[in-house]
Amino acid sequence: MSTALKLEDKDKETVSSSGIDLSEKSRSASFYQQDNHTKLFQSFQEGIDILSTDEALAKYPEAKEYFGKNFRLLNRDFPQDTEGGYFIRVKKGKIVELPIQACLFLKAQGFKQKVHNLIIIEEGAKAYLITGCSASHTADEGFHLGISEFFIQKGGYLNFTMIHSWKEDVSVKPISIAHVEDSGVFISNYVCLRPVKDITMYPTAVLAGNKSRAIFNSLILSHPNSLHDVGSRTILRGDSTQTEMIARAVSLGGKVIARGHIKAENKNVKGHLECRGLVLSEKGQIHAIPEMETEFRDVDLSHEAAIGKISKDEIEYLCSRGFTKDQAQSIIVRGFMDISIMGLPGLLKKEIEKIEEATLKGSF
Amino acid sequence: MLKVENLTVTVAGKEILKDINLEIKRGEVVILFGPNGSGKSTLLKTIMGFSGYTAKSGRIIFKDQVLNGFPTEERVKLGMGLMYQLPPKIRGVKLQQLAQHLSKDKEKNRTLAVKLSLEEHLMRDVNVDFSGGEMKRSELFQVLLQNPDLLLLDEPESGVDIENIAVMGNILNEHLKKEGKSALIITHTGYILDYVQATRGCVLLDGKFWCVGDPKEMFQAIKQSGYDKCKECICPQH
Repeated sequence: MSTALKLEDKDKETVSSSGIDLSEKSRSASFYQQDNHTKLFQSFQEGIDILSTDEALAKYPEAKEYFGKNFRLLNRDFPQDTEGGYFIRVKKGKIVELPIQACLFLKAQGFKQKVHNLIIIEEGAKAYLITGCSASHTADEGFHLGISEFFIQKGGYLNFTMIHSWKEDVSVKPISIAHVEDSGVFISNYVCLRPVKDITMYPTAVLAGNKSRAIFNSLILSHPNSLHDVGSRTILRGDSTQTEMIARAVSLGGKVIARGHIKAENKNVKGHLECRGLVLSEKGQIHAIPEMETEFRDVDLSHEAAIGKISKDEIEYLCSRGFTKDQAQSIIVRGFMDISIMGLPGLLKKEIEKIEEATLKGSF
Repeated sequence: MLKVENLTVTVAGKEILKDINLEIKRGEVVILFGPNGSGKSTLLKTIMGFSGYTAKSGRIIFKDQVLNGFPTEERVKLGMGLMYQLPPKIRGVKLQQLAQHLSKDKEKNRTLAVKLSLEEHLMRDVNVDFSGGEMKRSELFQVLLQNPDLLLLDEPESGVDIENIAVMGNILNEHLKKEGKSALIITHTGYILDYVQATRGCVLLDGKFWCVGDPKEMFQAIKQSGYDKCKECICPQH
């Protein structure tokens, strides 16, 4: 992949830090867009369609039906001035064990990348998708708008992991809506550990089908002068639907607004929201805003939020085992940002742990 | 090994320990009795150098060094180890991680984990969803891997079932029988006295030492008459 893309070494490092495997050895399919150019798309496995959204709209008549469908469902408008983005479809019954990867890369100075992605997991299909969004050192004052529409059909399963690896002067605005049918599962993992100017996102999962599930996990490290206004929302529309949201934020001086919203529109539904935040710097700010609403009695919605500095007891406990205060703090923060909450397959988990380790090492 | 001289300790401005004198020699095991709130845990935490436990006057001397002002980890390096009464939960940090830090000897780690029925707990977050007994076993596990010369044990057996008390008591005794190991042990239940060879007992009441004597006899007396009687001095040795 890297030979085809002719990336300079610095960019290779940046792209890899967003979870993209440039060797493609551990991936079942790849997509790469730089600014507004689709540079590469290939699938190594049958049953996966992967190409740019523009091409998919021209090639598949049904792609047009998907385009904007989730927004219409919620009576919401969406930006029309997008260029590219990826179309990924996993065919009915297809179980894809190796992750599919998609890279959205900002390269040109001041470029405003606006993409519209369509992800379709057909009936009974299962896939892991890792999307790496990053910015080259040359992409000063860049902007990224990423619209993603997910369609999880009956019994389908998608574990979607998005890793952001931006820089201090890049603004980012992802807009996502997932529609999940009967017994479908949508897991959305979000990891953002490097500096960014601002990120605003509030992805929504509509659990339309009975017994469908949505899980949102996020790990955020907020650097000085960064603003993360991030949340997740689930609409429990079908009978016996379930959702869980876990947000972990560490502020090194940036501001994090952690939102969460669970809306019960049916009976027998269950939702839990958990937000934990650690403020490690005087300048840091974390604002947790959990919301829950229901018109039914037979629902089980709960939330827990805990924000503050690292507990003195935990630090002292580790000191009493011989660690210095600095070591203790670092161990606690690493543990706090534990990615094992994300339900990732072994290989992907190891890769992301490596990325996290490298980023955290440079941050303390 | 340890000398506490005229130690007065305040916590949040309140005097908790008053003019405490205590000496533990190499190889000695001292039992600390006292009702809730009498200052037992405060004494252990002050010896460990925890923040918020201010020595207003007096000295703590360990292996001929005056410890006042030493950070906790330095005290650990010198050979102190604390077993917590109620350890904090640390999310995302596996017991295994701490074990590997405490002792590089993998075989020793594994054997001790097996003895204390903690193999499955090694891959779990430290103290998260551990039962009371599991926490105590994990505490003993960690502190023994640390292999300190002075063990500070804060209610090692409370909340532990009888079977596991025997397991823990025997393991602890093995450690204490080694050359030059000492301990200061807080107990309410007294079970631990059946397993370790305690040199003497002390009663702490309202932040002051009242009594020193044979630990088993003291425990029997306290069991029969309560701590109030200690003030009237019912112990035969006193």
